[in-house]
Amino acid sequence: MTQIIHPHSFVLYLCRKEEKVLLKEVIYLMQKDFVLEWRQKYAFNGMLLYVGSTVFICYLSFSLRFGALEVPVWNALYWIILLFTAVNAIAKGFAQESRGRLLYYYSVVSPQGVIVAKMLYNAALMLILALLCFAFYAIVIGNPVQDVGMFLLTICLGAIGFASSLTMISGIAAKAANTGTLMAVLSFPVMVPMLLMLMKMSKNAIDGLDASASFDEAMSLLAINMIVITVSYILFPYLWRS
Amino acid sequence: MKLSWWKWLTIALLLYTVAKGMLQDVPRLAILNETIRNLYFHVPMWFGMILILLVSVVYSILYLRNPLVKHDIVAVQAANVGILFGVLGIVTGMEWAKFTWGEYWSNDPKQNGAAIGLLIYFAYLILRGSFQDHQQRARISAIYNIFAFAALIPLLFILPRLTDSLHPGNGGNPGFNAYDLDARLRAVFYPAVLGWTLLGVWMVSVRARLEVLKQQLYENV
Repeated sequence: MTQIIHPHSFVLYLCRKEEKVLLKEVIYLMQKDFVLEWRQKYAFNGMLLYVGSTVFICYLSFSLRFGALEVPVWNALYWIILLFTAVNAIAKGFAQESRGRLLYYYSVVSPQGVIVAKMLYNAALMLILALLCFAFYAIVIGNPVQDVGMFLLTICLGAIGFASSLTMISGIAAKAANTGTLMAVLSFPVMVPMLLMLMKMSKNAIDGLDASASFDEAMSLLAINMIVITVSYILFPYLWRS
Repeated sequence: MKLSWWKWLTIALLLYTVAKGMLQDVPRLAILNETIRNLYFHVPMWFGMILILLVSVVYSILYLRNPLVKHDIVAVQAANVGILFGVLGIVTGMEWAKFTWGEYWSNDPKQNGAAIGLLIYFAYLILRGSFQDHQQRARISAIYNIFAFAALIPLLFILPRLTDSLHPGNGGNPGFNAYDLDARLRAVFYPAVLGWTLLGVWMVSVRARLEVLKQQLYENV
């Protein structure tokens, strides 16, 4: 018995199929990234050592044996350490891929799949690094945070925000000659609004203010993230082609 | 001299702005006093900058859809002129702030936002400088231009409104509307905005034409 397919439902079917393909690609690419990270543990360990030694240098240079840091300094220092860690960790995202491998991806997967997978992978990486950084920082320098749950939520938002804005920038910087400098120069101005919001939110969490005090910041952070992710999603295919 | 009508209009509007802006009587407001005349020079710089940077972004989008050299040239020249307007806007703003707020730079959210906005466009120029290949330079800097503009919009329009600022139009300050209501100010302010913006467009078109001619010259050599 032949079944007549209504054109509208056929289009829907195609869309759904495309979505499924995209999802599959994303999962596959993320798996690949995690496997690569697992095999080349030195890169991840390097990032851990970077975080650890930065925190330790801060501890030494503030000569903290005789007293704790003031809350605003503690807060600013934490986010600055995290900012530099993020720039360094995510910069290698596209730079480490060899030319041949990129060509291979180009022929088998869609650019949207690549950017979404990279963003999710970077968000996971940043989340791990940020949490470890917080743990180490709290142990070495002291922990004035009163509302730990809220602070962890801020860290989550920050990790996602850093990952989403830096992924696109790392793609751009990887194409140019002086990747390292460009990565910092291109990303800092773009990330400042996000950083200011995050600092205010985490300051609220440290002071143990009510969650409603941070609601505005959380919403604008989400809005900035949405803008950045959408723009990256639209623009990445053009970057991919070159 | 053969100029098209809008160029004559630009000259007339700017002469009018400078003459009337300097000579005309202005409302006497506390603290502001004569510095209120900065409304004709500082505020139009920001209007002009935003519009010209918008032109730059539009040409970047056009370049991505249809990669013509001309689109890239207009995009970069508009960014250059936008930066010039931005720098002038910051300088006139700082001068004004010295007399009204007491400091050139008082860590005001609007000032910081403007400075960061300029950093984005300096980064754009650095990015352009680090490519050898023309096509790659044009394409990738167009991508960054669009990306950065999308990040600049929340910065310049949303963030200062979330925090308290000394800048007129924010918080409990005598708002922009308070003196916008004055008909004498309005009679100079609107022509000033139009005049400065047209001057910016003029500069972009001259620079873009020069650049196109240069490229043709190099191609023929």
